[in-house]
Amino acid sequence: MADNVLGPLSVSSRIVNDVVVITPSGDIDLSGSPLLRQELKKGQGKKIVVDLAGVPYMDSSGLATLVEAMQASRRGSGQLVLCNLSERVRSIFAIAKLETVFKLAATLDDAMAK
Amino acid sequence: MSTQTDVRLQLPSNPLFLSGAREMVYQFASRSGFSDEACGQLALAVDEALCNVMRHGYGKAPDRPIWISLAFVGGVATPETQHQNPTEALRIVIEDEARQVEPSTIKSRDLDEIRPGGLGVHIITEVMDEVRWEKRPNSDVGMRLTMVKKRTPAAAAS
Repeated sequence: MADNVLGPLSVSSRIVNDVVVITPSGDIDLSGSPLLRQELKKGQGKKIVVDLAGVPYMDSSGLATLVEAMQASRRGSGQLVLCNLSERVRSIFAIAKLETVFKLAATLDDAMAK
Repeated sequence: MSTQTDVRLQLPSNPLFLSGAREMVYQFASRSGFSDEACGQLALAVDEALCNVMRHGYGKAPDRPIWISLAFVGGVATPETQHQNPTEALRIVIEDEARQVEPSTIKSRDLDEIRPGGLGVHIITEVMDEVRWEKRPNSDVGMRLTMVKKRTPAAAAS
């Protein structure tokens, strides 16, 4: 498991059955999104699951980071699935009209099975 | 309309201060009687506005000043309330010393185009009731963003 800490956000990642599971903890804003971007890039070309259970807040810089990763995965042979979105985090996806663009799962198990 | 500036805060253009600014706005809005959802939207709008100043206004320089003013104002009439008690609202003003741009050039992008970035203005206009960008008066530097969210029954704490 790799752990990175910068400012209020920490991000850990692990590989489970050839799937890269990324687990951010804290708010994903302009100060934290570079750290998430860094971890997402490491998983390029593989299936990535981002478990957002520990993320109470996300702004448009977080959305932009995830859009970037999704587009990179579509260009390659990868896949990006997001799971465990809180109501507040889901609302920003809705405001940005991105709810149907991402693969969303209710739980980590569901995301692994997608 | 009676107006009283309740809080004025200066912070540097460093993204590490965003979480503190969000918390301050959330708490102020909560104490002004807004619902949890509306408080979250107000904090989000301020976050997006500050990010725009940090990235576009100051070109990511982390040590430039940004000012946030919060005021709970009364007497904002709406078509729904003009014959009743005037709606109260939270007014947030964000000012900077960045280069001035024509306010008409600040606009949301087409959301059908899926790409990273460019969502901040859309989010701000979506969650606030009134949004106005202008050049700071009597100055040749700096922009001023004024945002208003009305405490309508839908946005008020129950």
